[in-house]
Amino acid sequence: MAIPIPASAGAERWQVVRLLAARKTVLASLFVLAVLVGAAALAPWLSPYDPFKLSIMNRLQAPGAAHWFGTDDFGRDVFSRVLYGGRLSLTVGFLVVLLSSVLGIALGLVAGFFRGADKVVSRIIDAMMAFPDILLAISLVAALGPSLLNVVTALGIVYTPRLARIVRASTLVIRELPFVEAARALGVPTRRIVTVHVLRNLVSPILVQGTFIFAYAMLAEAGLSFLGVGVSPDVPTWGTMINAGQQYMGSADWIMVFPGVAIVLAVLSLQLVGDGLRDVLDPRLRKEL
Amino acid sequence: MSASSRDIVLSVRDLKTWFHSRDGVAKSVDGVTFDLARGETLAIVGESGSGKSVTSLSIMGLLPKPAGRIEAGSIVLRDRNGAEHDLTRASAATLRRIRGAEIAMIFQEPMTSLNPLYTVGDQIAEAVLQHEGGTRAAALRRAQDMLDRVEIPAAARRIHEYPHQMSGGMRQRVMIALALACNPSVLIADEPTTALDVTVQAQILDLLRRLQAESGMSILFVTHNLGVVAEIAHRVAVMYAGRVVEDAHVHDLFDRPSHPYTRGLLSCVPTASLLAARQRLQPIPGNVPSVMALPPGCTFAPRCPLAAADCRDAVPELVAVRPSHRARCIKVTPQ
Repeated sequence: MAIPIPASAGAERWQVVRLLAARKTVLASLFVLAVLVGAAALAPWLSPYDPFKLSIMNRLQAPGAAHWFGTDDFGRDVFSRVLYGGRLSLTVGFLVVLLSSVLGIALGLVAGFFRGADKVVSRIIDAMMAFPDILLAISLVAALGPSLLNVVTALGIVYTPRLARIVRASTLVIRELPFVEAARALGVPTRRIVTVHVLRNLVSPILVQGTFIFAYAMLAEAGLSFLGVGVSPDVPTWGTMINAGQQYMGSADWIMVFPGVAIVLAVLSLQLVGDGLRDVLDPRLRKEL
Repeated sequence: MSASSRDIVLSVRDLKTWFHSRDGVAKSVDGVTFDLARGETLAIVGESGSGKSVTSLSIMGLLPKPAGRIEAGSIVLRDRNGAEHDLTRASAATLRRIRGAEIAMIFQEPMTSLNPLYTVGDQIAEAVLQHEGGTRAAALRRAQDMLDRVEIPAAARRIHEYPHQMSGGMRQRVMIALALACNPSVLIADEPTTALDVTVQAQILDLLRRLQAESGMSILFVTHNLGVVAEIAHRVAVMYAGRVVEDAHVHDLFDRPSHPYTRGLLSCVPTASLLAARQRLQPIPGNVPSVMALPPGCTFAPRCPLAAADCRDAVPELVAVRPSHRARCIKVTPQ
C-alpha cells in the first residue's frame, strides 16, 4: 500500500514535522527538553534562592517545603543549583556535540571516501583513541588553560574520533553502493556525491552517536571540574553537583539524586527525539508508523 | 567495415584496460575495437569475465581506481556539436560534463542504483540541474516529463515517491528516465534487464527501442543473454577473454556464426527445434581462461573443437568473413 503522497516539496518538509509530532514519545521528550532548557534559561527568575549563598545553619537539610530538593553540605539550595547547573551542563553538552560532529563528520567522510587520505586520517584517529578520554581532556585543558571554552574545545576534540570512526565505517559501505556509481555516471561531482548522497545516508548513525556524546560530555565536564581542570568547582553544573554529593551518598542522597535525574531526563529525551528524527528522516521507515 | 558511410558516435580503438594487483596483471580488456553508429544498438555479448562490463566502465571513466587503468587505445566520442573527445585522455571536468549529458549509463541493479533517501523526482532533477542549470521547478517539470516518456503512470504523483515505493521494473524505468533526462547521444546499458522478470524484461526492451526511435540515440547494450540480443540489437560484438572475437550484423551472427566460440554459445541456447529433435544442448567444454594467465595465441584454442597447433602461435586478427562481418579465427575463411 502506498502512503499518502505530498503534493509538493514544501509539503514534504511539513510531512516530516507532522510525522514527528504524531509520535507520542517524541512529543513527550520534546516537552521534557523544553522544560529543562526553559528552566536553565530562566534560572535567575525561577530559583527561590541564590545558588551560591552559603548557609551553614541550613546544611544537609532533606527536601521539604522550604527547600524542594533539600540543601547541600554548605547549605546551598539544591533546586536553585540544579536550575543554574543546567545552564552550563546543557551548553557544554550541546557545544561539544556540535564541535565533535563538525570535526568527526569531516574527518570520517574524508577517510571513508578517499583511500589515500584514509591512511593518514585513520592513524591519527587511532592515536587519539589510544588515550583514555579523560586523560586526553585533562592534558588538552591543561595546555589550553582552564575556561569553559577550553573545556568545550578539549571535549569536542576528545569525542571527535568516536564520530569519525562511525562516519568512516558507514561511508566505506555507502561508497560501494550502486547509487554512488550511478550518480557518478550522471556527471555528479565528487564533492556533491560526498556531501549530499553519502552524508544524507549517514544521518542515523550520526544522530545516535551524537546523543551519546551529549551525555558523555556532561559527565566528562563534571570529571574535569572535579579534578580541578574544568570550571571552578563552586560554579554549579549537574556534573560537579554529583561529584560533590558523592561523599554524602549514604546520608544526604538528594544532593546527587536531583542533578542525576536532570542528566538522565536530558539524555533520555534527547535520545528519544533522535530516534524519532532518524525514523522520520528515512523514508523507508516512515510507513511503519 | 565502411565506417565512413555511417555516422559514428562512439569509436573504441584497440582499448586495453588492465587491473594491477599484487598477484599480477589482469588483462580484462585487451585490444577491443568497435564503432557505434548514430541510432544503432550494438550488443556486447560475453560470459562473466569476458571484459564486457569493464569495457563499458572504461568508456564511462568509472574504473575502480587505482587498480584499473586504461593502458592503451582510444575511446573517441563525437558530441552533439560534432566535437571529438578522446575519453581516455579527457580531463576530469570534461568527463563530468560528458557523463550524463552525452553518455549515460543504466545498471543491472535497479533496486540499489537509486539513492533511497531522495524522491525519484529530486534525483532526476539533480541530473538536469547539474548539466543544464535552470530552476528546480523547471527541473522537476522535466523529471515529470521524463517519467511520462518512460511510461510511468501518474507521473505528477510519482515524482514525489521514493525508490522503495516502486517495483523493480518501475525503478529500472526511473533509471532510464534519469539516464535520458539530458538527452544523451549514447546510452550504455549494462545488463539492464538481468534482474527483472521476463515479462518486465520485454517491456523494458520495448521501451528502450521506442525511446531510441524517438531520440535517435545509440545504445551500447552489454549482456550475456542471447535472447535479449536478438530482441534489441542491430549489431553484435562477441567478447571472449578481453577481446572481440566476432563482430557482425545481428542476423548474420545468428544465421551464419563464424567464430567457433559464437557457434558454441548459440548451441548452448535451448530452442524449439532443438527440443523437437530431442537433441541435447551442447555446452562448450572447459572454462573461460583467467585473465591473469591467458593462453598464448588464440585464447579460445584450449576449448575449441577446431583448434590446431598453429592456433597457439599468434593472436589471430579480426578478419572480414563477409562485408561488415569479422571474426578472430584463422580457421574461418572469407566467403
